[in-house]
Amino acid sequence: MPPKIIIDNISKSYGDITALKGISLDINANEIFGFIGPDGAGKTTLFRILTSLLLADTGKAIIAGLNVVDDYKVLRTKLGYMPGRFSLYQDLSVEENLNFFAGIFNTTIKENYHLIKDIYAQIEPFKKRKAGDLSGGMKQKLALSCALIHKPDVLILDEPTTGVDAVSRIEFWEMLYNLKRQGITIIVSTPYMDEAARCDRIALLQKGEVMTINRPDQVVDSFSKKLYGIKARDMYDLVKLLRNYHECESAYLFGEWIHFSTSYEIVKADLEKYLKENNMIDVQIEKIKPNIEDSFMELMNRKEEQ
Amino acid sequence: MKMFIIKEFLQIFRDKRSMVILFGIPVVQVLLFGFALKTDMKNVDIAIFDQSKDVYSQELIHKIISSEYFNLAANLSCTNDIESIFKKGGVREVIVFGPKFGENLIKNNHANIQLITDASDPNSANIVYNYTQAIIYGYLTNLNQAAEKPATIKVISQMRYNKELKSVFMFVPGIITIVLMLVSAMMTSISITREKELGTMEILLVSPVKPWQIIIGKVVPYVILSFLSALIIYFISYFVFGMPFSGSLVLLLAVSLLFIIQALSLGVFISTVSKTQQVAMLLSMFALLLPTILLSGFIFPIKNMPIVLQWASHLMPPKWFVIIIKNIIIKGNGFAIVWKEILILLAYTLLFIGLSIKKFKVRLE
Amino acid sequence: MMKQVIVKNLVKKFGDFVANDHLSFEVEKGEIFGFLGANGAGKTTAIKILCGLSLPSSGELTVAGYDIYKEREKIKKSIGYMSQKFSLYNDMNIAENIRFYGGIYGLDRATIKRKTKEYIEKLELQQYEKSMVSELPLGIKQKLSFLVAILHNPAIVFLDEPTGGVDPITRRQFWEMIYEEANAGKTLFVTTHYMDEAEYCHRVSIMVDGKIEALDTPEQLKVQFGVDSMEKVFVKLARG
Repeated sequence: MPPKIIIDNISKSYGDITALKGISLDINANEIFGFIGPDGAGKTTLFRILTSLLLADTGKAIIAGLNVVDDYKVLRTKLGYMPGRFSLYQDLSVEENLNFFAGIFNTTIKENYHLIKDIYAQIEPFKKRKAGDLSGGMKQKLALSCALIHKPDVLILDEPTTGVDAVSRIEFWEMLYNLKRQGITIIVSTPYMDEAARCDRIALLQKGEVMTINRPDQVVDSFSKKLYGIKARDMYDLVKLLRNYHECESAYLFGEWIHFSTSYEIVKADLEKYLKENNMIDVQIEKIKPNIEDSFMELMNRKEEQ
Repeated sequence: MKMFIIKEFLQIFRDKRSMVILFGIPVVQVLLFGFALKTDMKNVDIAIFDQSKDVYSQELIHKIISSEYFNLAANLSCTNDIESIFKKGGVREVIVFGPKFGENLIKNNHANIQLITDASDPNSANIVYNYTQAIIYGYLTNLNQAAEKPATIKVISQMRYNKELKSVFMFVPGIITIVLMLVSAMMTSISITREKELGTMEILLVSPVKPWQIIIGKVVPYVILSFLSALIIYFISYFVFGMPFSGSLVLLLAVSLLFIIQALSLGVFISTVSKTQQVAMLLSMFALLLPTILLSGFIFPIKNMPIVLQWASHLMPPKWFVIIIKNIIIKGNGFAIVWKEILILLAYTLLFIGLSIKKFKVRLE
Repeated sequence: MMKQVIVKNLVKKFGDFVANDHLSFEVEKGEIFGFLGANGAGKTTAIKILCGLSLPSSGELTVAGYDIYKEREKIKKSIGYMSQKFSLYNDMNIAENIRFYGGIYGLDRATIKRKTKEYIEKLELQQYEKSMVSELPLGIKQKLSFLVAILHNPAIVFLDEPTGGVDPITRRQFWEMIYEEANAGKTLFVTTHYMDEAEYCHRVSIMVDGKIEALDTPEQLKVQFGVDSMEKVFVKLARG
């Protein structure tokens, strides 16, 4: 089956600033595809080009057989779109917002209720409340419902979980899995690396360029160094100390542990000795597997060096 | 404290909009006011009904006409002409000499002159009346210098259309124009720009909704609400201020509706070229408010302004609306008289609608 | 050693709605204190009170030794605040921003000059000296915001979701800056949605529906809830 979305050499600049540099990739039907990268990587610009809201400087994009520039009128009836900022009507209630969006897509809430059922069940108790008074997580759920109400083929979500607490984020992703089961192709962008693992395939974006495109597990496998998790009582002093260690490629805080990467074969005992000599207490060293964030940071550093 | 002031200065200088408001607007205002604000009048069109046609009446008429204030537009030949020439518009005053003017002046040392002034604009009516009177008495003084017995001329005045020179007659058309123009245009311009600012426009665009549907959807509520306000204003002027409605109410309401739609279309157009609500509001206020007040002719007579500004006022829809309203309300004129102005308003409406559709951005840039 | 923040039975009501329901906790000098909770749990309300920006409905509160009711202005002067939106002025350059905030905090000209030089060197901003803040890369803006928030050397700094949307390397560099300041004796109050950042804190409090439902070191919390990450602690608490 041909890919659902084809992006071919898309570039976009705003004056001096290059937002996207020749992006090319394919997205398959019915997959959850994630664009992972920090602010300024180009995610929103790319999404706006895909939804036909912006014109690219070069290249072309095809969604479900429709060219985003020439066929934009038809395309806009087939997409479900959730823009970056919360963009529903703050002074209308949950119910009123849904009715409005159903109306402009010439459908009703009843018709496609099965699609939004799980999501809506969570915000239904608040259906009379003004959208502006909802908490962050609720707003995103409402926005998602409004984007789905017309049963789109392709769902494009621009940073739907930014600023949302961890629990709501998990719930949101559960909803996305449900939607995938219903046959919808989902394109999502996020700055949260841990969410990358939940996608079928991901593209890591940094400063307008794609650093890699692959399945999450393959991205992780491509981590080229050896990785150790190290902890001690004083994490900050530990990190500085490790950076001075001869074999250290990089040392970064990673929550409870410090991720220490190296190209060499490390002798644990030597490292322990070095640390204890420098007054580190409660030292623990373990060989660990990298995660997406490790890979992303390695790719970033590699790019900086180029 | 000092830091705050420095920061404010830096920000103001770097914000082009603030600079325009701070310096551009006052300069424009002063220029406009300076040139537009002329309370003296020149070349006022008048008509003369000389029933006597003798040496004295002709001499006085000559004096009046040769002054820079007045311009003879027509010589009337019968009483019916008076009403029709006023209805036609343009003539501000009709001077009537009775059949035996000269004879009365010499034989009886007394004659009457009737000045019928179009008082639908009380300000200019007064001015015109006073000028005429001044010339008449100047003539009289001259005449009396050579005479043994001084003669008198009694000036009988009639303020047509507005016997008591009520200024409300002047204000109501003006207020309606300003209110409808400003409020309608401002409200629509803000409303669409707000969608852009908040980001809801993004979702609307990526949907089956067509631009014209968005525009109509925004405009319809304001048409209804503005029309209601117009009704309220008319209601108040009629019942509270006792302003007479001589003309056809239906025509009045129809033209008001047209004007509202025109103002709303202008508002939509402003919104298509404004990025933020602030810009939309500023554009509406300063591009519309000042010119509407100054150039619509409801406070300051357009005839006295420099030609440039007179031409500028032709471009303003409010000016035409004021003319239509005054004609309908005060003079009781009907469609036959004002069809030209209505056509102009219609043309403007279509122009703004066309421009809005053309400029409506289907994309974000 | 004096406790930097002492909160006893803090209550804040908006009409009938209780945003903060009898909060009680203390924060030590040099502590990195994580303030977590779901959106709408009451975090922002509490932080506003701690910064001296609003008054509690009832309860006791001392910040940097000053009482909230009697010495609110002194509290405002002793704290630093960095908001999510990075509080720098976009249409001024770096030096101008530092000069402005320095002036607000009452620093003398010599100090402002010194600090400006220091910050530019520390973050290697020489190439950006003439640029407006709006032209700076996001990561740099963020670090600069932090430094500006501590320009006047406050005893306590409040950081409201300071690492939103930044790349992972910058995020960690930022936390290293936080560690440095904590080592130097500053007390730091941080809210965040990144659960791994919760691990960097000395102690973490988690608010649910206006109450503090958990308060301890990350390690202890994981033991208490029988899980191996702060994210799982949070999920267990929030889901009930």
